[in-house]
Amino acid sequence: MSVTPNDVRHVARLARVGLTEARIPSLVNELNGILAHMDVLQQVDIRGVAEAAAEVSAPLRDDALPSDTLQRARETFAPASRDGFFLVPRLATHGALGASASEEA
Amino acid sequence: MSDPVWLDRLRAHTVDEAWRTYDAVQAGPEGLNAFLSVDRSARGAETGRLAGIPVAVKDNLATLGLPTTCASRVLAGYVSPFEATAVRRLREAGAAVIGKTNMDEFAMGSSNENSAFGPVRNPLDRERVPGGSSGGSAAAVASGVVRIALGSETGGSVRQPAAFCGIVGIKPTYGRVSRYGLVAYASSLDNVGVFGASVAEAALGLEIIAGHDRFDATSAAVAVPDLTAAMSAVNEGRPLAGLVIGRPVEYFPATLDARIAAHCERALQQLRELGAEVRDVSLPSTDLAIPVYYIIAPAEASSNLARYDGVRFGVRATADDLGAMYERTRSGGFGDEVTRRILLGTYVLSAGYYDAYYRRAQAVRTLIAQEFAQVFASGVHVLFTPTAPTTAFRLGEVSDPYEMYLSDIFTVTANLAGVPAMSQPIGTVDGLPVGGQLMAPHFGEATMLRVAAALEHAQRAERMS
Repeated sequence: MSVTPNDVRHVARLARVGLTEARIPSLVNELNGILAHMDVLQQVDIRGVAEAAAEVSAPLRDDALPSDTLQRARETFAPASRDGFFLVPRLATHGALGASASEEA
Repeated sequence: MSDPVWLDRLRAHTVDEAWRTYDAVQAGPEGLNAFLSVDRSARGAETGRLAGIPVAVKDNLATLGLPTTCASRVLAGYVSPFEATAVRRLREAGAAVIGKTNMDEFAMGSSNENSAFGPVRNPLDRERVPGGSSGGSAAAVASGVVRIALGSETGGSVRQPAAFCGIVGIKPTYGRVSRYGLVAYASSLDNVGVFGASVAEAALGLEIIAGHDRFDATSAAVAVPDLTAAMSAVNEGRPLAGLVIGRPVEYFPATLDARIAAHCERALQQLRELGAEVRDVSLPSTDLAIPVYYIIAPAEASSNLARYDGVRFGVRATADDLGAMYERTRSGGFGDEVTRRILLGTYVLSAGYYDAYYRRAQAVRTLIAQEFAQVFASGVHVLFTPTAPTTAFRLGEVSDPYEMYLSDIFTVTANLAGVPAMSQPIGTVDGLPVGGQLMAPHFGEATMLRVAAALEHAQRAERMS
């Protein structure tokens, strides 16, 4: 299995990471260099082996108790907000439909 | 009964003393750059087990009065609206949280060269790295600014810098310490860890922050033993009689630096002289740990770091369109290593590759955990190994990503298995510290620390003689 430039573009889109074309060749090399070391795992016999260690369980939290109280208002850490809502720029596809509900602060 | 010497030494290290040292070591071209933000008004409380004692906290633990940036541009200036449980417990014990320490961005790195705010220098040799990712906390303790500091561990990020800086670093059992307020990197592996100038001081720090927390569903409802009590009995006769120390042969390959191996063998001999039986054991899947770790950790990171999109907190890039805003915020906010791991993690989780990489890595992780369980079930109480395959390397010396990952070769296994582990100094090579690692069964910190304290005491006695 070898990573191609299109693979890098694809996962960058999935991960919402903007990449310049100039960065792609080096990322292809780096990811292939790393993944080559992972091939050793293909030789391991994992028949009958569970996917995750069972020793450490994660018990469900008791939801009856109140959550921690925020010590600072959302407005102090949100990049843009109004009336208690987070503001974001318009979604281009909505623009094409003529929607104007979203706006940049 | 009078207080032990180590406790007197800890109490004598005042906040004023911390600032005197800080002012001498932090800034300037040759400065350590160990801190990202400080609070000169912090004095701590007059009562409590850490009354008035200065401590430092890694910048991925949420604090109310200081920014929490994870050394990333995407969180520059961000101040959390809540406080990490581990930090709160330190404060409630009377500690003065004097500052937040530098780190590899989002805890991704083994040298502290991945910080958006510049690398940290090793206090013992300013041309060398302090290790990572908790390099700032390690440097803060090793330079004498503080004697106790918090770090975090996903694959060795406390133990490896502890080894490189010649101090003590503990990664507790997964679930021993609440991770509420610890910024998530790889949630099935992340732990809050503790650095100390000595075994006892690190143990005290752990004892204070450990215990169940209802804000972290993965914190265990397991009683916290008196971890510091064992420290007082280590200098009598053969304090480790009845204990079996395992020496996993895979951690002593023929390629291991002979000088590091020699320090480990000397430490094992000292453990024998302290009454322990040393037994060779095998953890055959050890060489698979790095490939497994660098699939699972980036996979979890690619999910955990999806939240840095410029919408609810952190830095936002300007764009007319929401999709472009996400991409610009993230590409401008993340450094090279974080970007690399997000893409790697997204790749191994993506359609067509999930079974070959992620599912397989999870199964091999189970094998690794089972091997630890079998060794401990065979009557071995604690394992002893080198912490890292090298001493601190020079800034810029390691540029290949995978070569850097191999720095964690002896530490990632404990994270994959969820067991407690620690590093303590066991000698020097060319003036640079060598770390010895102890690993114990789940929630076996008390025994592990008893062994560590006895070894520390024996080594100190040998140096004095």
